[in-house]
Amino acid sequence: MAMPQTDENVVQAFEAKPENAVSARNITKTYDKVEALRDLSLDFPKGQLTSLLGPSGCGKTTLLKIIAGLLEPTSGEVEVNGHKVTGPGPDRAFVFQDFALLPWASVLRNVAFGLELRRVAKSEREGIAEKYIRDVGLSGFEKNFPHELSGGMRQRVGLARALAVDSDVLLMDEPFSAVDEQTRRKFQEDLLGLIQHENKTFIFVTHSIEEAVYVSDQVAILLPRPSRVSEIIRPSSFRNKGVSNIRRDPEYLDIVDRIWASLRSYVE
Amino acid sequence: MTVFGVRLPGMSSLILWGLLWELVGRSGFSFFVPPLSEVVTTLFAVIGTPAFLNALGQTAYAFFMGVLAAIVIGIPVGIMMGKNRLLDELLLPWVNIFLSAPLTALVPVLMVLFGFGMRAIIITTTLFAIWIIILNARAGVMQINRSLIDMARSFGATPLDAFFKVYCWAALPEILGGVRIGIIRAVKGVIIGQLLISIVGFGALFELYSNNFMMGHFWAVLIVLFAMAFTISELLAHLERRVSYYAAKR
Repeated sequence: MAMPQTDENVVQAFEAKPENAVSARNITKTYDKVEALRDLSLDFPKGQLTSLLGPSGCGKTTLLKIIAGLLEPTSGEVEVNGHKVTGPGPDRAFVFQDFALLPWASVLRNVAFGLELRRVAKSEREGIAEKYIRDVGLSGFEKNFPHELSGGMRQRVGLARALAVDSDVLLMDEPFSAVDEQTRRKFQEDLLGLIQHENKTFIFVTHSIEEAVYVSDQVAILLPRPSRVSEIIRPSSFRNKGVSNIRRDPEYLDIVDRIWASLRSYVE
Repeated sequence: MTVFGVRLPGMSSLILWGLLWELVGRSGFSFFVPPLSEVVTTLFAVIGTPAFLNALGQTAYAFFMGVLAAIVIGIPVGIMMGKNRLLDELLLPWVNIFLSAPLTALVPVLMVLFGFGMRAIIITTTLFAIWIIILNARAGVMQINRSLIDMARSFGATPLDAFFKVYCWAALPEILGGVRIGIIRAVKGVIIGQLLISIVGFGALFELYSNNFMMGHFWAVLIVLFAMAFTISELLAHLERRVSYYAAKR
């Protein structure tokens, strides 16, 4: 959904910077005495997919939850479309690693649940939900329950639920890590289509280097203890070569190698 | 169970125990154990009498009011305890004490506080049932998948929405389990109340029959009571099984 042009956006255009949907500024997060994030700043360009990549314990999920408004930073702030984040809001939708579906509700009600919480009338929200169930390829499963679906199908439900509320920003917390390898590849291809067709900003947490390079416009590499952004990589050449050519593109392979070289010393 | 290739229906073993009872009764082993056949005959004779129906009505009333109070108070309190750390710290010791306390010893205190009537009996019933209902609702809420709560919050659930649309349902298998055990304890509570506080309902019948050595009548009423408690408990177990499909996947 196109945002109306505001004066602020015009100014940014003059400065020739990419417009940012989300910016995190000087985020520090401390749990008791452990510093999870220290003074982390990162911008997320509008309409693009930025992935947060790093070894386990590098605070990437913490950062995502701070952006979602589910966690409060110890200091620093997050802005979404120029507004400071104080809690969860309708401008962001979350896709969970373990799907987080209501086990007692049908696929239809699960997908419509975000709208149900926003007091959208039943017939209207079910109409919207049916559209997104079709979009993610689950037509015919509206009446099924989550326990009757495979892991991959459950995550499609989670994705449809996040799309149904039509937020500007989609926050995805290792969304494909709990599904099998083949399903994951299909998901990654579908995600590229989604980025092109839905004008949304994606923030994608993953621990898979290949996945991050494959789906991202921008890869932010986080290093742990305390975590900070060590590098931002923007793949340039293979983005528009088609889903099946990316994995053998020289730049793709180079970037994967380069990231592995910088991360390997952090892996026990 | 299968015996000699024939599948036996559930609870067939009761027939065997019934036979044993009959034999012991006929052997004249004890005056207190009349043959089962005699008890069953008495049972059908007693069931239609005004005295029995009156006792049934009074007992059922006290039982249902007591259980209703235990459920209506117990479930929300348990859910709140599971959600709120402070409330949990404040109430949990008391819940645990009352769960294991010999509540029968408290009945005289209740009589002083609430009089000798129906009210005290209902409160006794509630006191027998409520603690396990609270504990189970609490346990149900505490094991809710963290990301389900994050999900509700991130999609903008108000606290009330989260309570009715997520917490209640996610804890439902445990809540039903608690209600089932609570109801079994409530049967105990209502009879103890009727025996100790005021001699009404089934309590009065037990008192009457045992004092007059009408053992056939005594056992007949006891069987009716057991059967009722068992039926209610099975009904709830059936409900529990219907929601158990998601108990493992929250």
